[in-house]
Amino acid sequence: MQVQSYFSSLDSLDGELSTLNLGPTHPATHGIFQNVLKMDGEKIVSAQPTIGYIHRAFEKIAERRPYNQITPLTDRLNYCSSPINNMGWHMTVEKLIQCELPKRADYMRVIVMELARIADHLVCNAVIGVDTGALTGFTYMFQERERIYDMFEEVCGSRLTTNIGRIGGMERDFTPRFHKLFRDFMATFPARFEEFNNLLERNRIFMDRTIGAGPITAEKALAYGFTGPNLRAAGVDYDVRVMSPYSSYSDFEFDIPVGKDGDTYDRFMVRQEEIRQSMRILRQAYENLPEGAYHAEVPDFYLPEKPDVYTKMEALIYHFKVVMQETPIPVGEVYHCVEAGNGELGFYLISDGGRSPYRLHFRRPCFIYYQAYPEMVRGSMLSDAILTMSSMNVIAGELDA
Amino acid sequence: MNLNNDIVLAAIERRFPGAIASHSTPYGMLTLETTREHIQDMLHFVKEDPELQVGFLTTLNAVHYPNDVGRELCIVYHLHSMVHNFRFRIKVFFPIADPVIPSATSIWPTANWMERQEYDFFGVQFAGHPDLRRILNVDDLDVFPLRKEYRMEDGTRTDKDDRFFGRDGHEGREFD
Repeated sequence: MQVQSYFSSLDSLDGELSTLNLGPTHPATHGIFQNVLKMDGEKIVSAQPTIGYIHRAFEKIAERRPYNQITPLTDRLNYCSSPINNMGWHMTVEKLIQCELPKRADYMRVIVMELARIADHLVCNAVIGVDTGALTGFTYMFQERERIYDMFEEVCGSRLTTNIGRIGGMERDFTPRFHKLFRDFMATFPARFEEFNNLLERNRIFMDRTIGAGPITAEKALAYGFTGPNLRAAGVDYDVRVMSPYSSYSDFEFDIPVGKDGDTYDRFMVRQEEIRQSMRILRQAYENLPEGAYHAEVPDFYLPEKPDVYTKMEALIYHFKVVMQETPIPVGEVYHCVEAGNGELGFYLISDGGRSPYRLHFRRPCFIYYQAYPEMVRGSMLSDAILTMSSMNVIAGELDA
Repeated sequence: MNLNNDIVLAAIERRFPGAIASHSTPYGMLTLETTREHIQDMLHFVKEDPELQVGFLTTLNAVHYPNDVGRELCIVYHLHSMVHNFRFRIKVFFPIADPVIPSATSIWPTANWMERQEYDFFGVQFAGHPDLRRILNVDDLDVFPLRKEYRMEDGTRTDKDDRFFGRDGHEGREFD
C-alpha cells in the first residue's frame, strides 16, 4: 500500500516522470505490442499495454468456414507451436461428432504435439538468454528447432503454419525419412540441450538478471487466469494433459515441474524441465507406437484415398460430400482444451447444425495472462520488464487472434 | 469429495432457489442458465463456497442469437474447480436493446480483458467494469463486428449466402 502512495505522489510531480513508448515495433518485444510506460528514471511507475495490432478476426471468419477450413486459422494463433493448436481444433470437432481415434493416431498426435512443445519452449528460453545478453545459446537452439521443423515437413509438408493432421486422425502415416530424422533427433538433441542448459542454468550473470524479475504469486496468477508454464512457475501444478487427459496422454508417465516464486528464472527452469519431460513422452510414445490405422473411419469428414476416388463410387461420393460440405453436423456445444505451449488453449464451439460453427470462441492463454503484465513490472527496472515479457512468452498471434 | 453435475446443481439451487432458469448437460458438461440479477452473487458463491471451490474462470464469451427476441445476447462463463477438477458453464441471456450485465472483474481480475473483448465485439456493457474500452479493434470503430447482422462477405455476393453453409431453415434436422 505504501509503495503505491509513493508512486501516486510522484505521479503528480510535474517534470519528475517521463513517458516511454515501448513498441509497437521494437526488437525487444518480439512481436507487435505497445506499452506506454511511465518512467521514474529507469524504474517503471506504470504500464499501459495496447494490443490488437495483428488482430485478424478469426472468430468472425470461423463463422463462415467449414470445419476443415478452420484448421489453418488455428495455425496462426500461437505460430511457435501450430501443431498443438491444429490438434486441439481437430479434437474439438471429434468431440462434437463423437469420433473415437485409433491408438496409433493418438500416439502420432502426441509425438507431433510434444515436438511442437519442445520447439516452442526452446525458442522462448533461448530468447530469454538473448535478452540477458547471451546470444550464443539461441543460435544453437534455433538449429534444433529447424530439425523439428524438418520433421513437421515430413509429416504435413509445411514447417511453421502446419495445418497438420485431419479431423479424424492424421493425414498420412510417418514416412521413412521422418523415422530417420526422429531417431537422429532423439539421439543427439539431449546432449546439445544440456549444453545449452549448462550455459545458463547456473550462470551468475543470468541468475542475477532473472531471479526476482517479474514475480507473481500463485494466488495472483490464478486470479489472473494464468495457465501453462507461467502458472506452474508460480507453484500450481495444473497441466491439462494430466487434469483432463486427451489423445491418450494418460498412457504416458511424466512429471509436472513446478517453480516457487513465479519469477523469470522459475519460468525459465519450468520450461527447461518440460522439454526434458517432453523427451520422456516422446520416447514412450515412439517405442510403443501401436500398429494399425492412422485415422478413424469417419468418411463424412475424412477424405478418402485419392486413387479410390477415381475408381470407387462410394469414395467419389464421400470425396464430393467432404469437399462441398454436404456433411450433416450434430447440433450441440462443446468445450475442449489442450495444453498448448503457453497453457490451456480452449475451443468453445456452438453448432446449430450448419456447416460452419455458429460461434467459435478461442480461449487464448496469452491474451488472458498478458493483462497481468503491468502489475508484474510495476516498480521494476526497464531491463527487467523486457525479460519478464520474453519469459511470459507472449505470442502476438495468440494474443490478438 | 469429488464433485459431479448433480452435486453442483443441487448446491447452487439450495443457495439460490428459483434462480436457475434451466439446466442441461450437453456433451456431459453441466450448463446452467440464470439471470442478470443473480449472476454476480452466483459467481461469488461458487468461488467462495468451501464445498465447491470453483476458483478459476476459464473464459467468458458472448453469443448473438438475433431471432430469439428479448434474449438476443448471451454471456457464457466457463468455470473450473481445479481442486475437484470439475468444469461447468453458466449462461445469462438478455435483450440486445439493454445489453447490460454486471462485471465479474471484482471476483476475478482476469475477467477484465475478457469482458473488454466481448464489449469490443458484441457491445455488451459490463456494469462496474473499471476500464471498458475496445481492446482488439480500433477505438473509433462504430460497430460491434461479431454480431450476426454484419456479414463476412460483400453483401452483393450470392455464392456465399447462408444456404451454402447449410442454413436454409432446416439446420439441425436428421440426415439419412
